[in-house]
Amino acid sequence: MSRRWRLRPWNALTFVLGTGWLLVVLAPIYFMVLASLRTQGDYLTANPWLPTGPLTTSEYSTVFDAGLGTYLVNSLVVTASCIVLTVAISLGASFRMVRRTSRASGAFLKVLLFGLAVPIQAIIVPLYLLIDKMHLYDTLQALILVMSASAIPVSVLIMLSYIRDIPRELLDAMSIDGANEWKVFAKLIWPLSLPVLATVAIYDGLNVWNNFLLPLVLTQSSSVSVLPLGLYKFEGLYGIDVPAILAAVVLSVLPLLVLYVGMRRQMVRGIGGFSIR
Amino acid sequence: MATGEAMITTARRSRAARERPKPQGSHALADLIGLSPSMALFAVFVVVPIVAACVLSFLRWNGLGTPTWAGLANWRTFVDDPIAHNSLEVTAKLVVLSWIVQTPISMALGMFVAGRQRYRAVYAAVYLLPLLLSTVGIALVWQAVLDPEFGGLAWLGLHIHAQFLVQNWLGSGSLALYVLVAIIAWQFIPFHTLLYQVGRRQIPQNLYEAAALDGASRAQTLRHVTLPQLRYTIVVSSTLMIVGSLTYFDIIYVLTGGGPGYTTRVLSLDMYQAAFLDNTFGYASVLAVILGVIGVVVALGLVRFTGFSSMSSQREGMA
Repeated sequence: MSRRWRLRPWNALTFVLGTGWLLVVLAPIYFMVLASLRTQGDYLTANPWLPTGPLTTSEYSTVFDAGLGTYLVNSLVVTASCIVLTVAISLGASFRMVRRTSRASGAFLKVLLFGLAVPIQAIIVPLYLLIDKMHLYDTLQALILVMSASAIPVSVLIMLSYIRDIPRELLDAMSIDGANEWKVFAKLIWPLSLPVLATVAIYDGLNVWNNFLLPLVLTQSSSVSVLPLGLYKFEGLYGIDVPAILAAVVLSVLPLLVLYVGMRRQMVRGIGGFSIR
Repeated sequence: MATGEAMITTARRSRAARERPKPQGSHALADLIGLSPSMALFAVFVVVPIVAACVLSFLRWNGLGTPTWAGLANWRTFVDDPIAHNSLEVTAKLVVLSWIVQTPISMALGMFVAGRQRYRAVYAAVYLLPLLLSTVGIALVWQAVLDPEFGGLAWLGLHIHAQFLVQNWLGSGSLALYVLVAIIAWQFIPFHTLLYQVGRRQIPQNLYEAAALDGASRAQTLRHVTLPQLRYTIVVSSTLMIVGSLTYFDIIYVLTGGGPGYTTRVLSLDMYQAAFLDNTFGYASVLAVILGVIGVVVALGLVRFTGFSSMSSQREGMA
């Protein structure tokens, strides 16, 4: 019992500090939600930390009228396309790397590792010139191609570290039984790697959904703006209408919040990417 | 983001991979179908641009007309450019401050949420919320909170008579960089907390039982059990943190644009300015190459310097 006594002040202290950080995390989020529910006039005069006075969702319709719906659709299209494209081609590559039947797969892996360490900022200038030359500037295709390409290294490495754990004996047994590579893939690799595909999809999806630099450099028109760029443009347009801007931010995070509440385990694994196995 | 860990994992795995026998038979078609799409996409949109960035750094080009050979002129410009030197310094400050601020907090929070108390699981779920917001979203929220006239902090300052909260947080040359470090910490501490939480959970409980039997104090247990066992997590987290903060762009671009003056102008912002506002693609490529080289060197250096390979094998044996 004396042990319990010693632990108590420590537990109280950690509780207080942990709760302190909880408030640090929640305060700006709470501020955002509350402000988004006020008119601009109320926002400038009311207590920003307490829900006093009239609350309204009118700013939410304002941002929808201003084109947020388009940004939302663009983001969905780009994110979904990138996920499908990246997952498909990365799985193909990982499968061949695990089989190690050609020198190319080993060499490719080394190139991927190097590419992984190079930040996107270092290649943004040639990327812009390349996309321009390909007549893809200001298109969603440009975003899909570039973002999918830059997601390949991480995706392959996450998949590889998982697929490699499929017992060698299983693969060999299938080959000895005369199964061709397509069968090995369809009957073994594909079904067994489904969980890691979810992780990769979430990891890539979050990165694509929140990416700002590539849309900033590779697109221009409102009709092809994705959400982060759209939010930035709102800030330029509605600079003083803070509730409208924050309503747009709330709307942009809502889809992810729904996913997070609905499938927290997978989301956490996806957020962690590599670092969590 | 996952640079360091990825290289580590793969370096570790490829050793084991080489020992396996090669499967028999021809797999040429499967290799072609499996490998070529990703190879092609990666070659066109990553490898070619890497090479092009290096070449461009020796050219003079404004984006129109034909580029001309500039030799080392762009590189000389960099050597003599006080703005670029300032950007290097600001970037270095940002990296170091970010690491100093984020690492202890993430570590403490990670150990906290690794505890088995039910309420801590709830806290852990809430702690991750900032990761759902886009960087631009985070920037806009903090811009509103920090607004010197109508922001939440200024309001608090006026109503609880804490004048120090009423500041031009992002418009003051002496404050802006530190405010950015704080916002970036708010954004990324959740991720690193997650890493430390997972790392702490993987430490075998019997080590703590042994320490308790030996009468180790809380501080001694932390120093001699927890920290050494967390080495792996510390390296991964630090690598990601440092490489990540080298290239922070979004938050700074949206909130301060590098100002006031040049006080928050980091290298990636400098590069963006040179390329897309000044249209000096050659010089921008010099900055880009420097950014890339620093990124790669830091990532590789950290992995080497910390003797990662020995650590990972020790860990593999344990698992």
